[in-house]
Amino acid sequence: MSDVQTIDLEATGLRAMNAQLQAQARQTNRTAWEIVNARGAHAIAAGLDAPIEVTVRGSTGYYCGGMNQQALIHVHGSAGPGVGENMMSGSIVIDGDASQYAGATGHGGLLVIKGNASSRCGISMKGIDIVVHGDVGHMSAFMAQSGNLVVLGDAGDALGDSIYEARLFVRGKVRSLGADCEEKEMRAEHLDILRDLLERAGADARPEEFRRYGSARKLYNFDIDNAY
Amino acid sequence: MCGIVGLFLKDRALEPRLGAMLTDMLVTMSDRGPDSAGIAVYGEDAGAGKLTVQSADPAADFAGLAEELGAALGCDVRLRPVDTHAVLSLDADKLAAARAALRDLRPGLRVMSGGERIEIYKEVGLPQSVADRFGIAGMRGTHGIGHTRMATESAVTTMGAHPFSTGADQCLVHNGSLSNHNSLRRKLRREGMNIDTENDTEVGAAYLSWKMQTGSSLGEALESSLNDLDGFFTFVVGTRDGFGVVRDPIACKPAVMAETESYVAFGSEYRALVDLPSIEAARVWEPEPATVYFWSH
Repeated sequence: MSDVQTIDLEATGLRAMNAQLQAQARQTNRTAWEIVNARGAHAIAAGLDAPIEVTVRGSTGYYCGGMNQQALIHVHGSAGPGVGENMMSGSIVIDGDASQYAGATGHGGLLVIKGNASSRCGISMKGIDIVVHGDVGHMSAFMAQSGNLVVLGDAGDALGDSIYEARLFVRGKVRSLGADCEEKEMRAEHLDILRDLLERAGADARPEEFRRYGSARKLYNFDIDNAY
Repeated sequence: MCGIVGLFLKDRALEPRLGAMLTDMLVTMSDRGPDSAGIAVYGEDAGAGKLTVQSADPAADFAGLAEELGAALGCDVRLRPVDTHAVLSLDADKLAAARAALRDLRPGLRVMSGGERIEIYKEVGLPQSVADRFGIAGMRGTHGIGHTRMATESAVTTMGAHPFSTGADQCLVHNGSLSNHNSLRRKLRREGMNIDTENDTEVGAAYLSWKMQTGSSLGEALESSLNDLDGFFTFVVGTRDGFGVVRDPIACKPAVMAETESYVAFGSEYRALVDLPSIEAARVWEPEPATVYFWSH
């Protein structure tokens, strides 16, 4: 374990800070970084590609950790819109709440939101795992293609609208399901996936408490009755 | 985009700092909209009416105006020039007559706001330059709203800047765009509402003023806007004693709020709120879609 490298975002500036983090090689031994004075700035720790741990003190603005590969990012605050957008691997943990479209289009990695996530959480997700300890807002997992969305609280309107093949696990109430999203059978393999995700996300919940939702597969297959 | 900030003070000790706090918040939002900026400040109730007016040629338009308007209205009128704007103080029951008289006396003058407490200052330019030319940072008040505009629906002009005021002591700022503003403008004009521009937001403001003139509370007017306005909106609204927020059901236009024992604050982004007193201890949340929030003194 190396010493923690602390960057004062106000003094360093966003571009210089991100350039420094992005320049870390995959074999770097400077593995622990701390960003102070986040003050809601945009694009904090975006585009990282090294197995480093980045601790952010304060809340972040748009696109924190966007496109992340390998890095383990922990925000001690809340996150603005698009946290972890298009994440490929690694993990992002938000201690507070996340604004709209958290984890949008994410291909891989784990996004954990300890508070609530607002609308469109996991929109167009493509393989990312998202665990929200609280609630998610309307249109979450809209057009989701792959990956797992786990919600310990409630889900808002139109959950999983136009979903392809992602798995949605909700412990609380679902206000309404979107087009072509339906409740699915919870099989042993799903309980295993869920148990693993809950453990990795530090979530105090049992897999058996959840219901699973997914695609009815009626929208994205060709159906002559859908043609004009 | 557009950037919105708002501040509703509960702690009277903060009132002398209202303008300075709002200015800092708005300048932080500059990159959300570089076209024009404006601020509505609700000051002390001086027991009189006031009109905030704007001129493209203030030296010519403001010279002798107080005397001429006073003679036309038969009351005492005072004029306080503030760069391109001026605040005319007069009897509260003469506001409508004053608007009519101004159309004859100074046809080029534009009325920004009227009421007993509101003053609106807005111009083309960045928030810092707009705030500086009017000395917003030195203004005191109970609540205020600021806006920096990225124009979509109408021209970049002083009159197209926010806030819009369409009723006494009322104002509205908007992030988003309305799609049914043309039909609604025609309807509201038939109902007798005065709408000066082709701007969509002014129609939203006139809609709320019309609702409140016909018996709705601010909260009820905001509730009905969710059915009658089509488009994207995050609105922040000011009235004589109140401050309200509503977002459309899709809620793609950003909004963050913070509340402490001393204030309620609104920002398009959290960045706008970071320098407010005790923000670390504030309750910070994102207003829910299609949900009306309002506070009053």
